[in-house]
Amino acid sequence: MTKTTEHILPPVLERSNLLGWMRRNLFGSWIDALLTLIGVWIVYWAASGLLRWALYTAEWKVIVVNARLLMIGQYPIEQVGRLWIWLGFLIFLLGNSLAIWGRGSRIAPALLALPVAMAFIFPFGADPRKWLIAMTAIGLIGWGLGRVKPEALKRSVIAGWVISLPIIILLTYGLSKSEASIVPIVRTNLWGGLLLTFLLTVVGILFSFPIGVLLALGRRSELPAVRWFSVGYIELVRGVPLITILFMAQLMLPLFLPEGWTVDRVVRAMVGITLFSAAYLAENVRGGLQAIPKGQFEAAAALGLSGAQTMIFIILPQALRLVIPILVGQFIALYKDTSLVAIVGLLDLVGIARTVLAQPEFLGLQREVYVFISLIFWALSYGMSYVSQRLEERLGVGIR
Amino acid sequence: MSDGPIIKVEDVHKWYGNFHALKGINVEVKRREVIVIFGPSGSGKSTFIRTLNRLEEHQRGRIFVDGIELSHDVRNIEQIRSETGMVFQQFNLFPHLTVMQNIVLAPIQVRKWTKQKAEETAMQLLERVGIPEQAYKYPGQLSGGQQQRVAIARSLAMQPKIMLFDEPTSALDPEMIKEVLDVMVELAKSGMTILAVTHEMGFARAVADRMLFFDKGEIVEQGTPEQIFNAPKEDRTKLFLSQILRH
Repeated sequence: MTKTTEHILPPVLERSNLLGWMRRNLFGSWIDALLTLIGVWIVYWAASGLLRWALYTAEWKVIVVNARLLMIGQYPIEQVGRLWIWLGFLIFLLGNSLAIWGRGSRIAPALLALPVAMAFIFPFGADPRKWLIAMTAIGLIGWGLGRVKPEALKRSVIAGWVISLPIIILLTYGLSKSEASIVPIVRTNLWGGLLLTFLLTVVGILFSFPIGVLLALGRRSELPAVRWFSVGYIELVRGVPLITILFMAQLMLPLFLPEGWTVDRVVRAMVGITLFSAAYLAENVRGGLQAIPKGQFEAAAALGLSGAQTMIFIILPQALRLVIPILVGQFIALYKDTSLVAIVGLLDLVGIARTVLAQPEFLGLQREVYVFISLIFWALSYGMSYVSQRLEERLGVGIR
Repeated sequence: MSDGPIIKVEDVHKWYGNFHALKGINVEVKRREVIVIFGPSGSGKSTFIRTLNRLEEHQRGRIFVDGIELSHDVRNIEQIRSETGMVFQQFNLFPHLTVMQNIVLAPIQVRKWTKQKAEETAMQLLERVGIPEQAYKYPGQLSGGQQQRVAIARSLAMQPKIMLFDEPTSALDPEMIKEVLDVMVELAKSGMTILAVTHEMGFARAVADRMLFFDKGEIVEQGTPEQIFNAPKEDRTKLFLSQILRH
């Protein structure tokens, strides 16, 4: 193979450099040039206005003073360590998972360094700063372990995620009524801010998922009673706004319960959100089920697999994979919809924002507060979206 | 018992709405017999073979498979299915599972084999069908002929007493038909009871004990390949054979 292959360069205009690119895409004709200039001016005008406001006009003191309120509501300050512990646990698992399943992703260490960055950028007190630094350390340890022994850790990481919800609830709520206990009970009326929003979201997602899948299967069941129940439930719940369900859960649920029974208000909201989301989830999952060809059912049946085995091993894995993007969209919507609980009097991120704004010294600072909570909502929504994209790549949606 | 027919079909009828798809089918299949079913499209041959493991339900008549009657009893149906392998025109492999996982799933879940036993058996079967090196690929990475051979191995992993083939080569490119037929011929020679819906007359000549000609929901004629090819009695059989053997 001594013959040298001749290199043929692409046409001059195709050879990319910045100037060539700009000339082709931004200044291709005089009208393009005009549009480009107008566009640049609009962006400059909007961005400079926003920056001027954010840097000079805005009074961020309202966020600094109320930071703890916005994050955890009235949760007693001497018990805050419990929350940091489960957050650390989650970050550890996150570090593990990023190393094991997201290999090659350079964003992981940056993501894990975020708490430290926050500790230095924002005017936190000494305690939160220490905790934030600890979070990054824990995350990096988890990440490092995941890189060193990915195969050995897989099972325990999955187990960790499975038990994480009970751990979160246990640590947040507490074990014993006595004040002397290490983890005394913290009543849910003290839960608030991002903490409450987070818990409502996580519980809503984790419980609506299995219920929704069962409803989707029920809707396709051959048993008329099961099918009609599923159809009735889905159509009924989809026909009413979430806010009415939340009101009903708060006001009407007590009417159906035996005398003397009470259900915690936060739990009522969780139930309302879960039941609402399950109906939508069922329809999304049904869409995935319908996309599975009949031949898959027949091949499974011909092998002697039972109906349940066919669903578990053949149909659901394929159907759920197909609807990951839709489900993540729904979970993001659920996360943002939890803000409606503010209307029934719970102090989630939005509810707390409203109480903060009701303090006399912070009147009229809506912009600062709402921009801040919007940023929080955006950051976590984007996080979910990012994870789902990684998941899709992993599972090869659209490839097979 | 073991000398009796392994499949007994008595006066089986099937309707799709008002369309009479099977009009009184009577067949007995002996153990180790290889039967080729052929006929024009829409003649009911696929419907018939699919009633044998109840992918289609018959509405009149009786079907016995290995002494068990196909009825509404789900346990009977599942038992018959686990002893009856079926290979489809469209392969119907499970695309989210590797070749190996496709094969071991049913033995592990239905037969309750250990993973190790199932995988060893799977590997032997993949060697038998000639593609052991594809074990850890996904179906989407294989050619049509390879996929169909995996489908055959998947059915054989359940150690069936009967194999049903429903036009196994109709969706394949010409150069891949032979590799699938070779596997089927080897299977027939090994003594498996086979019912195959196919128009591969070379296969029929080579291994079939009996051929059934279906038309308009009935068995119009049956006989050994010699009788069918050299001295067909019915005009419809002659016409159909002349059409498919012309080239």
